[in-house]
Amino acid sequence: MPSWPEKRVHIGSHAKRVDAPAKVTGAAKYASDVQPEGWLYGMIFRSKWAKAKITKIDLEKARSIPGIKAAVLAREGERTVRYYGEELAAVAGTTKQACLDALRVIEVEAKELPFVVREDDAREETAPRVWDEGSNVSEAKVKDQGEVDKAFGECAAVVEGFYTTPVQLHHPLETHGNTISWTDEGITAWASTQGISGVRNDLASNLKVPQNQVRVICEYMGGGFGAKFGPIAEGILAARLSKEAKAPVRIMLTRFDEALAVGNRPSSFQKIKLGATADGTLHAFELDSYGTAGIGASASGGGSGGADFPAPYIYKIPNTRVKQVGVATNAGSARAFRAPGHPTASFGMEAIMDELAVKMNLDPVELRIKNDTSEVRRKEYKLGAERFGWKEKYKKPGSSPGPIKTGVGCAGATWGGGGRGTKTEAQISPDGSFEIRCGTQDLGTGSKTVIALIAADLLGLKPDQILVRVGDTRYPPSGGSGGSTTTASVAPAIYDVCTKALAELQKQTGVADARGENWAGACKKLGINSLTVSGEWQQGLSSSGAGGVQFAEVEVDTETGFTKVKKITCVQDGGLIVSKLTCESQVNGGIIMGIGYALYEERVMDKTSGVVLNPNFETYKLTGLSDVPEIDIVLLDMPERGVIGIGEPVTIPTAGAVANAVANALGVRIGSLPITPARVLEALGKVKAATPAAAPA
Amino acid sequence: MSDSNLKDGFSLSRRSFLKNFGTSAAVAATAQVEAVAQELEKVNAEKVVGPGAVPITLQVNGKPLKLQLEPRVTLLEALRNHSPLTGAKEVCDRGTCGACTVLLDDKPVYSCSKLAIEAQNLKITTIEGLAENGKLSPVQQAFIDQDALMCGFCTPGFILSVTALLKKNPHPTAAEVHHACSGNLCRCGTYPRVMQAALKGAGVPVTGQTEVISYAKLA
Repeated sequence: MPSWPEKRVHIGSHAKRVDAPAKVTGAAKYASDVQPEGWLYGMIFRSKWAKAKITKIDLEKARSIPGIKAAVLAREGERTVRYYGEELAAVAGTTKQACLDALRVIEVEAKELPFVVREDDAREETAPRVWDEGSNVSEAKVKDQGEVDKAFGECAAVVEGFYTTPVQLHHPLETHGNTISWTDEGITAWASTQGISGVRNDLASNLKVPQNQVRVICEYMGGGFGAKFGPIAEGILAARLSKEAKAPVRIMLTRFDEALAVGNRPSSFQKIKLGATADGTLHAFELDSYGTAGIGASASGGGSGGADFPAPYIYKIPNTRVKQVGVATNAGSARAFRAPGHPTASFGMEAIMDELAVKMNLDPVELRIKNDTSEVRRKEYKLGAERFGWKEKYKKPGSSPGPIKTGVGCAGATWGGGGRGTKTEAQISPDGSFEIRCGTQDLGTGSKTVIALIAADLLGLKPDQILVRVGDTRYPPSGGSGGSTTTASVAPAIYDVCTKALAELQKQTGVADARGENWAGACKKLGINSLTVSGEWQQGLSSSGAGGVQFAEVEVDTETGFTKVKKITCVQDGGLIVSKLTCESQVNGGIIMGIGYALYEERVMDKTSGVVLNPNFETYKLTGLSDVPEIDIVLLDMPERGVIGIGEPVTIPTAGAVANAVANALGVRIGSLPITPARVLEALGKVKAATPAAAPA
Repeated sequence: MSDSNLKDGFSLSRRSFLKNFGTSAAVAATAQVEAVAQELEKVNAEKVVGPGAVPITLQVNGKPLKLQLEPRVTLLEALRNHSPLTGAKEVCDRGTCGACTVLLDDKPVYSCSKLAIEAQNLKITTIEGLAENGKLSPVQQAFIDQDALMCGFCTPGFILSVTALLKKNPHPTAAEVHHACSGNLCRCGTYPRVMQAALKGAGVPVTGQTEVISYAKLA
């Protein structure tokens, strides 16, 4: 069985990100930056109806606009569109201005149809159907174990709550898109993607081109968070425009488009009941929930992503009844979003845990340690509580004096983070230069850096002596970068290829140990040809299963309703930490995105027009620099477990911990995310409440 | 933002219009209005440009960039779509995120919200122009050292905002960094590291606080 070296110089170090120089100088070329000879600007024409039957789209006037070189329909013939923003056509021209002019003169004949965009409304029997074939409400996903009704009768304390989470938008700063060239030789796509192989396969099958004539390149990409798999509509349209115009075409979505059609985290409406025996042992649990994944929630309609989530999340409760349904609405389909289901699950479950703690007069951390079956997480709670100063900071809810109230809360997470299957190749050249080629992609998480650090340690070289090439389907394949699987999938393959390359170099040259200072001399003995070696993922160097807990301290201004997160303490396990620097950056990023989910982010739909009302950053609020609290990170090193991904677990517990801290500060629970000033003031009875969402019947 | 658009003669300022108007007696108002209208027409005959492409010369990173652009083309589009200078990023195209930040006469400006034609005669600095003779600027180096970037898409904007701040104020406080970067958004969550990089770029020693604890040694 292979194992990581005992003596690690670069692995686990603070070594710098290998592609940072390219990113701070503007040299890094993203899909939207490449400018192949004769490239054209492309834009998409979208539905302005939430639901309509489209009978005719006339592109002739668009084609006559000076500078326009191609115009294509998204689909031929009559069709039904099911959300505002669905793709109808696309144009390509020599300038953006030509495209803007062309979009204005496209003529559409459409028959508007009834639609529904709010979850509450869509659940009604009489609601317009999103999919004609079936009900808006999906078949319930049911989990039933033990004797729930009887068990609640046996409990010393029972609490009930209703919690809601909004539809959250991914909003990677680089919008979705590609620059694509389709010639007689085949297709080259510079894609902003989390999975180059998936893009290749989808382009090939949709456009009927053999896979060996489709090349996908993604050297740099500006964030994905789960929403960037496959070429989707914008990639297919760019390719077809390229073929028609006989020139490369770039289509990058506008920020406005990004809010409509390329994914989101489903909403949730969670009615929860939790009971414990007199000693605080969880005994009975019931969840009834619904949520929308847009048009994707219909059983008949397909699409991706349901609106269900794990329950009772990280806890094991002997008597459990769960019923979850998805509700289709006329809105863009959900896609995987950083730890799909988990932040949603954590928020509801950790809220009801705190309600139980308050009712039973127990310390919330103690209640968790008593009921959490994960030994790692129990230790994390103990360590985190000590670092955070929980015992001193935790006070009776609402007991903080003055108009600005402080409070604390905590929450836990679980995630897989395992991965397998990566293949890679290494090339040693006679001049001593070394190159690794791997068909993975670096989303900004640090994959290239991880590869360089591992290779450097195994070969006795410095990280900057390792040339890392990723993001090209001409390299040996790796998987898509989702589920925090990349490092666990790639790292063992790098171990394998470096080990084999070193052994082969030593065999061919007769040098007993070619590492470090012997490297250059050994390579010189290779003669004329470079040495190439293949490697692949090996068992035993990575595993899965990451926990993690977070503690939050907040200040809530009871006069303005404004919540400020003062501090987050995060204790996170992640097996062998390969790149400490990029790992820490991931943790910061997860927490900051979690604060956005807790306090700021929410897609707002207009009931009467079916339009997303906040498709830009003025109105869809992201966490900013001034909103960032003090972040204290503890990484638990567990090298014996091998490599585990941590990109997702670190974003899971933040919103739950922050919401619990707000409840602790105010003495009143705000059950809906985001916790806006308006909701705080409503909860305090200082302003009139908006119409609340309905709990599941 | 620079007030140069008032200097370059493309518009008649509201104040000078009203001043001229106000000097006349009320009875002469009609004549005055007509005179102003004629004057405006004359000015416009010389100055109205477009809607077709017109020659535009930009001074970018110390070099002239000669382009043929419609007057409605923004500075960001001019750089990204009509030159190889793609370092400034298009993220919102609405003046909300700061990814397109460039320096105009050393002041940070959203290039998506400035027309290229208005940026003539101003010294434009993009991310590509910060390094001198291949040597990174202290701010660029600090961003690398502190890992103040992840996907890298917001990075050029942040670096230029911090660069502008340090030019004006070489020893900023944390609050001043917050203020200078309040117009820049990041989705990966690099903010704590951006703070560190800005302070490091200003010569303040920075220490990380992450601790790695061996699980095996935990009680």
